[in-house]
Amino acid sequence: MHDFTPISALIGGALIGLASVWLLAANGRIAGVSSILHGVFSPPEARQGLHDAQWRAWFISGLLLAGLAWQAAGAPVPLRAGFPLGWAAAAGLLVGFGTRMSGGCTSGHGVCGLGRLSARSLVAVIVFMAAGMVAAYVTRHVLGVAS
Amino acid sequence: MNALASALGAGFLFGIGLWVSGMANPKKVLGFLDVTGDWDASLMLVMGGAVAVTLAGFKIYKTKIPMPTRADIDFPLAAGAAIFGIGWGIAGYCPGPAITAASTLSTESIVFVGAMIAGGYLHRLLDKAATR
Repeated sequence: MHDFTPISALIGGALIGLASVWLLAANGRIAGVSSILHGVFSPPEARQGLHDAQWRAWFISGLLLAGLAWQAAGAPVPLRAGFPLGWAAAAGLLVGFGTRMSGGCTSGHGVCGLGRLSARSLVAVIVFMAAGMVAAYVTRHVLGVAS
Repeated sequence: MNALASALGAGFLFGIGLWVSGMANPKKVLGFLDVTGDWDASLMLVMGGAVAVTLAGFKIYKTKIPMPTRADIDFPLAAGAAIFGIGWGIAGYCPGPAITAASTLSTESIVFVGAMIAGGYLHRLLDKAATR
């Protein structure tokens, strides 16, 4: 386990948790990134109140700005080379479809769902972790994709 | 503070957390998901650190702010989580990290985010067709 980075993992995790508590306290919203993203593109009749698409777009902009600030600060940006774009597209489709079907992702079901002790979210987390482990194994070691 | 400013600030802090923790690096995520070989347990601690904070923080606000109420464990929950997990394990991106990684303008992250939006749209179309 020579890549193990416990300190930065815990600090980064705590920041993610703080951001989630902040969004709940200030906006009364759950920081589930998949729901926030797809809500930006939902039709007007599915929106929850005035400015529903706006706050979502601002949260997503914050995520993007964080990446720009990280790069501007000269912090290391690990870029992966050679991952096939067809696989990236297929994986993105599955992630977009699956998170809408189950109503959350690593943040909505994971960070926030577990934080509010939701059994529904716990089931989702166990299933997507297990599926992720199987898929990572198959992609790398059976299909031989350079991920 | 107005709602748009706090949404921007929370998104920014969330994003910084993703970079600090290593979640924005798909190879690190896959180092966790691929348990064979040189396993990297770091992401367990990312989730642990985040949930420790939300457990404490949500406790303060749950009496004042309405929380999601659904408690049923149904087929779409499990099947959707499995579909999501498969995509996550293939590419090493879940939604938050993919979006913040797209700020690097790497082709794979932009393709992934575009496909992710399309996947959500596809789900809405199928869901609408099924409930009609």
